[in-house]
Amino acid sequence: MAYPADYKYTKEHEWLKVEGNTGTIGITDHAQESLGDIVFVELPKVGTEIIAGKTFGTVESVKAVSDLFAPVTGTVTEINEALNTAPEQVNKDAHAAWMIKVELKDPSEANQLLSVGDYEKFVAEEGGH
Amino acid sequence: MGAKMVDFNGWDMPVEYPPVGGLMKEHIAVRTGVGVFDVSHMGDIRIAGPEALAAVQHITMNDAAGMADGQCRYSAMLYPQGTFVDDVIVHRMGEDDYMLVINAGTREKDVNWVTDNTRQFDVKVENLSDDFTQIAIQGPKGVETLQKLTDADLSKVKFYWFTHGTVAGLRNILIARTGYTAEDGFEIYVPTDEATSARVWYEVMEAGKEFGIVPAGLGARNTLRLEGKLPLYGHEISESINVWEAGLERFLKMEKGEFVGREVLERAKSAGLKRTLVGLESVDRGIPRDGYKVMDLGGKEIGYVTSGSYAPFLKKNIALAYVPVEQSEIGNEVAVEIRNQPVKCKVVPTPFYKRPKRQS
Repeated sequence: MAYPADYKYTKEHEWLKVEGNTGTIGITDHAQESLGDIVFVELPKVGTEIIAGKTFGTVESVKAVSDLFAPVTGTVTEINEALNTAPEQVNKDAHAAWMIKVELKDPSEANQLLSVGDYEKFVAEEGGH
Repeated sequence: MGAKMVDFNGWDMPVEYPPVGGLMKEHIAVRTGVGVFDVSHMGDIRIAGPEALAAVQHITMNDAAGMADGQCRYSAMLYPQGTFVDDVIVHRMGEDDYMLVINAGTREKDVNWVTDNTRQFDVKVENLSDDFTQIAIQGPKGVETLQKLTDADLSKVKFYWFTHGTVAGLRNILIARTGYTAEDGFEIYVPTDEATSARVWYEVMEAGKEFGIVPAGLGARNTLRLEGKLPLYGHEISESINVWEAGLERFLKMEKGEFVGREVLERAKSAGLKRTLVGLESVDRGIPRDGYKVMDLGGKEIGYVTSGSYAPFLKKNIALAYVPVEQSEIGNEVAVEIRNQPVKCKVVPTPFYKRPKRQS
């Protein structure tokens, strides 16, 4: 699956889409593929402050538990409730199945994240080990 | 095959096969159709000689007397303190000839245990683990799949019996109607050379094509056995858990006479049980997993989860756990600590899954 060119990425395999002051966050296609069948997503409550590099939630497949790391700092304004009952949406289309939306503390923080090209290169290198 | 591999007790094992859809699809295929597992990591110990029965009786807890040739019986080897060396399936090959199928992780320990504890008997103990590749063909369509590859009449082989037959051109292959999936199915024991086992594997895949056969990995094997409450060594049973606690007393035959572990188990019974294995189902959102703490609703730690997972066929979050007897009643609510949060679970009847009775 192609990685959207207008997203930013982390080495922990989250993606971030910035629109004005709002950041939308999810996990990448590579992440969902490594995890396998996703059966549980735990997300923070609206109003929670998330901090860049810290965990903000959990995603679980049948066999693995994985932390979600915040790509940026901000306050949660919305969560994707549909994932509570249909977490498999992440497997179907990881780049559409967003997890949370945040009001960004500092939109320029996103510039420090990986571009699509850098992320693809990172995944290719990581996959080869 | 595109398998995701994992190290399992030193074995390079397939955990799941993403190209066929992964763990969930593999699990469902075994419940509704057929799946095939490479379980060559399982070990086999042969005990043969004039006192083979006496030796088997001495080192296992179930009663092997009265077994017929071609019969299998679930059993376990115990330490003198009534806890588990390993669980085994005893196969009676002949009057003076038994084979124990053992677990991978305990292989060396088991072989030593059997050797050391049968010295007083006129028997020969042989480790056959490297002589066989075990392939499991599991699911309601397992019988039809395997029947295409063998001259043995599989309809005559009842559950927990075995026969010998030609399989995929290989003569005298042991074909047992056993498994670790809580489903109907077979386990076959073929020569270990890679070319032969690979050929049999692909022939099984071909034979099962019309039933939608998939290769299934250790991941599905674990969730399948969990739904059926089949114990896993190091989890539900171990060297620190006794037979009563594990709830496996239906395979414990005190009346058969002396065997290793018996004395202490008798005393343990009259002393009363302190903890017991129960089935849990999440009431709140959250997946209880291996090693998580179990607490009472007041927040006091009372036990631990031995195995827990999302159950792909039942579509619930389930677990097996040791709790005090007074907390083990069906319907009782406890909490499992998941990432420092108590998640409410209730005690439910087990096995979680029981296969429907079918006309064979």
